Amino acid sequence: MKLSVASGKGGTGKSMVAANLACTLAMTGPVTLVDCDVEEPNLHLFFPAPAITRDVTVPVPVVDEPACDHCGKCGKFCQYGAITVLRDRILFFPELCHSCGGCTLVCPKNAIHEEPKRIGTLSTSAPQPGLKLITGTLDTGSPHAVSVIREAKKEAEHDPVVIYDTAPGTSCSVVETLVGCDACILVTESTPFGLHDLRLAVDVAARLSVPAGVVINRSDGKDQATLRFCTDHDLEIMMTVPFDREIAAIQSTGNLLCRKRPEWQKDFIALYVKCCTLAGVEQ
Amino acid sequence: MIRIAVISGKGGTGKTMITAALAHLLNESLVLADCDVDAANLALLLDPRPIRTEPFMGMKSAVIDPDICTGCGECGVHCRFNAVERDGDIYRIAPLRCEGCAVCVEVCPAAAVAMQPRQSGEILYAETARGHLVHARLVPGAGNSGLLVHAVKKMVLEQDKDCALFLIDGPPGTGCPLISTISGVDIALIVTEPSIAGLHDLKRVVEVCRPFRPRILVAINKFDLEGSLTGTIRAWCTGKDIPVAGLIPFDPAVIEAVRNGMAVTHNEASPAAQAIQILKTNLEEELTHLGNQR
Repeated sequence: MKLSVASGKGGTGKSMVAANLACTLAMTGPVTLVDCDVEEPNLHLFFPAPAITRDVTVPVPVVDEPACDHCGKCGKFCQYGAITVLRDRILFFPELCHSCGGCTLVCPKNAIHEEPKRIGTLSTSAPQPGLKLITGTLDTGSPHAVSVIREAKKEAEHDPVVIYDTAPGTSCSVVETLVGCDACILVTESTPFGLHDLRLAVDVAARLSVPAGVVINRSDGKDQATLRFCTDHDLEIMMTVPFDREIAAIQSTGNLLCRKRPEWQKDFIALYVKCCTLAGVEQ
Repeated sequence: MIRIAVISGKGGTGKTMITAALAHLLNESLVLADCDVDAANLALLLDPRPIRTEPFMGMKSAVIDPDICTGCGECGVHCRFNAVERDGDIYRIAPLRCEGCAVCVEVCPAAAVAMQPRQSGEILYAETARGHLVHARLVPGAGNSGLLVHAVKKMVLEQDKDCALFLIDGPPGTGCPLISTISGVDIALIVTEPSIAGLHDLKRVVEVCRPFRPRILVAINKFDLEGSLTGTIRAWCTGKDIPVAGLIPFDPAVIEAVRNGMAVTHNEASPAAQAIQILKTNLEEELTHLGNQR
């Protein structure tokens, strides 16, 4: 089972849902929780534990200057403007490079090879029995979030139950996380912002053919517009969490609802069962 | 023109709510941009009247001609973005995964692949009660969000460069849309919340901002929900010489205002509105200071 937790809008409670779901499920079997919000990963704050950390790198071109005759083919080929060839030297802008390898392919002199460049890290820990946490962290200043996400997902690809926490938004980072998932939980809040962005997130999941269901978080009871949207789009509301200052305080101080209020465990198990049904996967 | 970006690191801390309220309160002539292009919400609070819409062409995308493809699979061997999918005996490109590098075009022995322009979104230019607004819609799932942010800012500078203020509602995170947003801004107003995630993300976004050398200010939203963490955040800011320019309490009037599609400051008596009034005064002091330096 590969399950992602996404939202469109930021701050709706993706990490809260992912962390509680993983923590509850790990009490009965192995679970891998992967933080794919690599620009601002937060799950490790809820699961402090010693971690093994390694670098995530991408290949970037290095020019062997003596072999280069400055023909300019690499610069002309690069779709990202990362290479500028001058009469007597080459300028390379690593932050624009997508590591496609095109420049090495087109160089007639074989004067370009690739070397790894660090863009982030991957940390793996075992914060509680049954639970493996993988955190992808993008180095600050690096624009290459997608490569870190790809690496983080690869680390968990053979694990039986994997929960991915997704970045907010609907762009490439979200696509990279959702692709290949069996199901997706979309966490929303009942405001026009939450609904506007839920609509976009539903669209992304549909384009990727990932079945989606909805969790309404911090509900103040005025959920009518969200309920109507979900009915119209055949989306199941799989769970509703009320607005409650105590729940907010549990979350903001780095504690987990399922630990502080164990009566919530059955709700998270029920949520997982619904996700399995949605995905058509045996539990 | 002084450029102010409202950003946060963590999502959902209240950037859009504060941007709309500041736009409502500030007296100077201003132009607004929503640079959270893949989940843009600012327009929902400003009742914009559309002036015109322009298509946004992102990177080109590869397309395989099924009549020419021989099914050799070279494209898939060289594609580093897993964008090549099998389609029966031949191959096709998954458009959401294609990053437009053109390596498949280069390696195809049958010349079956071509790069084609694709529309990744649209840019909307609109009129609001507080000046022009440039916002955008990214095609859900499309890449190029950093490029689209650049295009949004470019339109502002082409159309409204004579305004005194350029106020930006920024994206969450620290990746390419954020970097594209803060490049060239004079003031980065970071909205955070009293949670360990809020503090963690604040620290990272400050680190990303530093090389761009904006004046950094912090506002703590819902500061009263977890008083001890608000204290921790204030102490951290003091240590980094970053002024805390606003402390906004939790206030149901904020959600009410969002549901009514307006800035919370229209409800002048609400606690959040009064706190944002103080934030605005502090921001104006910074603006005067910046103006004097120029």
